[in-house]
Amino acid sequence: MPSEESSQMNDSASIDQPSPATSSATRDKILARGLNFFYGGSRALKDVSLSLRERKVTALIGPSGCGKSTLLRIFNRMYDLYPNQRAEGEVLLDGENILAQDLDLNLLRARVGMVFQKPTPFPMSIYDNIAFGVKLYEKLSKSELDSRVESALRRSALWDEVKDKLAASGLSLSGGQQQRLCIARTVAIRPEVILFDEPCSALDPISTSKIEELIDELTEDYTIAIVTHSMQQAARVSEYTAFMYLGELVEFDDTSKIFTSPREKRTQDYITGRFG
Amino acid sequence: MMSEHIVRAYDKELDALGRRIAEMGGIAEKMVVDAMDALSSVNSELAQQVIATDPRLDALQREIEEQAILTIARRQPMAVDLREIIGAIRVAGDLERVGDLAKNIAKRSVKIGAESRVTRAVVGLKHMNDLATEQLKDVLDAYALHDVERAQAVWTRDAELDALEDSVFRDLLTHMMEDPRNISFCAHLLFCSKNIERIGDHATNIAETVYYLVTGGTLPADRPKGRPEATPAQLQAAGQ
Amino acid sequence: MADLYPRRRRSNKVWTVLSLAATAFGLGWLVFILGALIWNGIGGLSLDIFTKITPPPGGEGGLLNSIVGSFIMTGIGMIIGAPIGILAGTYMAEYGRHAAITKVVRFINDILLSAPSIVVGLFVYQLCVVPFGHFSAIAGGVALAVIAMPVIVRTTEDMLNLVPNSLREAASALGMPRALVIRRVAYRAARAGLVTGALLALARVTGETAPLVFTALGNLLFTADPRQPMSSLPLIIYDFARSPYPEQQKLAWTGALLVTFAVLAMSIFARVLTARANR
Repeated sequence: MPSEESSQMNDSASIDQPSPATSSATRDKILARGLNFFYGGSRALKDVSLSLRERKVTALIGPSGCGKSTLLRIFNRMYDLYPNQRAEGEVLLDGENILAQDLDLNLLRARVGMVFQKPTPFPMSIYDNIAFGVKLYEKLSKSELDSRVESALRRSALWDEVKDKLAASGLSLSGGQQQRLCIARTVAIRPEVILFDEPCSALDPISTSKIEELIDELTEDYTIAIVTHSMQQAARVSEYTAFMYLGELVEFDDTSKIFTSPREKRTQDYITGRFG
Repeated sequence: MMSEHIVRAYDKELDALGRRIAEMGGIAEKMVVDAMDALSSVNSELAQQVIATDPRLDALQREIEEQAILTIARRQPMAVDLREIIGAIRVAGDLERVGDLAKNIAKRSVKIGAESRVTRAVVGLKHMNDLATEQLKDVLDAYALHDVERAQAVWTRDAELDALEDSVFRDLLTHMMEDPRNISFCAHLLFCSKNIERIGDHATNIAETVYYLVTGGTLPADRPKGRPEATPAQLQAAGQ
Repeated sequence: MADLYPRRRRSNKVWTVLSLAATAFGLGWLVFILGALIWNGIGGLSLDIFTKITPPPGGEGGLLNSIVGSFIMTGIGMIIGAPIGILAGTYMAEYGRHAAITKVVRFINDILLSAPSIVVGLFVYQLCVVPFGHFSAIAGGVALAVIAMPVIVRTTEDMLNLVPNSLREAASALGMPRALVIRRVAYRAARAGLVTGALLALARVTGETAPLVFTALGNLLFTADPRQPMSSLPLIIYDFARSPYPEQQKLAWTGALLVTFAVLAMSIFARVLTARANR
């Protein structure tokens, strides 16, 4: 068997710059450098560097346990809620290091929102679910609040379905609707970055498509990072894809390149279903 | 080398595609060789055989396309798998055209029948056909083995075939100018030489596909052309 | 395989019958107790119960002072015990979930939960009666608080632990400060459970007798002054049940009826709340 194929694959150009090879005019909204993450004593992320381009979608893919969710949760310091978890390295949001000890976490999370795998509407009405976050930071009149809620729901393609029952409990919606409610809730506080942690895992195909369409529209205003188990989804929604394996960033490039001719053999093996 | 897919049926489907291509390749090769034999030894039975084989090739191409489409729908292939399936579709198309070209040569040989022969010209044509056959064989091997170097060799050798076609062209022109009774025969041969040159082009297509399949890149746009300009005088003499 | 099946069916029948019999046995006693209570106590139910105070031996009267005393002392007990219990439970479930001290506190709480109530009474006697030189309703209330608190701590912690972390994370992800996450999201989600816990604690202390013996002592006269010794329904039942006088015995039955049905009502209410929340 010829060695052409392996020589093409093992072009192990180490990633010394975190931005993908094809640089474009957009800048890096979030730049992570030399990230190491620890659950207690065990290291979950090994020297990871990558960037999230402004107003683009970056997908994180990899087999279970590779660290993609861990990495995502660093961007809004969600791990801070748990005492045993810590991160080392540097993460610059618009040039400011968000791993600094004295950073105001609540303000950070108002700029970097997150949508989780399991839809988690709060136990209150649909209206309150969305107004909740807004009221934390802004003092708005009733009519201003109303319009903010409406625009958030419109942005999440949910307005038409719930406009007549804003007082109904958030829990009375279907799974796909609940997830869109969570997205509306995040969008309402006008963040700059939205992180999606496997947002469609618990949803049926139609809801999944609706949310992918939503992500496409949200790209106009927000920088987006999405962790997903589905490679097809990553191929559909993202402009850049990062493949991770066992806590390392194996390859980070334009999505079109990764899914048609990736550089690393591990990447290819994963996306073609030869392991993982 | 390439490890196996977790889902073994996937590997089986890709293997089946590869086998069908190999089958098509074998049939096409034989058709090309036999068509030339039928022409040079005036064997109309062989010619009919060649013509009768063509539908089999067409059917195989359709099968390959169907199978490829099904695999795409089922497996959502990525990267090398995707390139391989697209490659299979392209190669099947090229091989089907090769079969058609061989069939055309066979048809012509029936038409020519036992007409007055200029054997020298036929020799030149046979030489072309041998080269084209070798190209085809080599490129099909390259495809089966995913051998980029061999494919590239085929790709560059196409210039030879083009040069050869050129000299056969001049040769036939000379024969036609010598003796008007040769014109009909040589005209047929002209078409045959064009067909053979096209067979060579298809082999080059397949070589490009092999390159794409293995590397994901494309060979440069300008395929090597070995044709020096025919002098205006000759073209004029040929009635252009 | 086929020959095992009849044997399984038989054994299934046997065990089903045994389970039903055990249930019937247990339920039977409940029915018997309730029946005896109603039979013996309902005769004494009259307006007098709620208007007249406990009678001296041989006389007629009611249970007014005991009823009022029960209300006052359980009230004091809950006012002291519930806030402490809820806050402690909140700490254990929220701030201190992974802290070492939480394990210790939980352990001690479980011990307190099953501490003999008479020991609690003795403890509070030392603490609240001896220094002041006299028994009081306050002391009784404190004793009841010590009994109610572990129950509330336990249920609060359990109910808050049941609130999925994903809800807290979702609220934190919006930039909500910790305290607000607890108040507006965790408490709200665990609301029914927390109320149920408080109700169960209330039901428990309503029927407590032993801790009140050394703290509130009891009072045959009417008083609403918490610094005085005070009567309560369980105490008076204890007293009058041992009395040789039939009128007092009758009152004891009626008192028992009142207490039992109060506790029953509170338990049912707690269950209804839980059912509505789970809908």
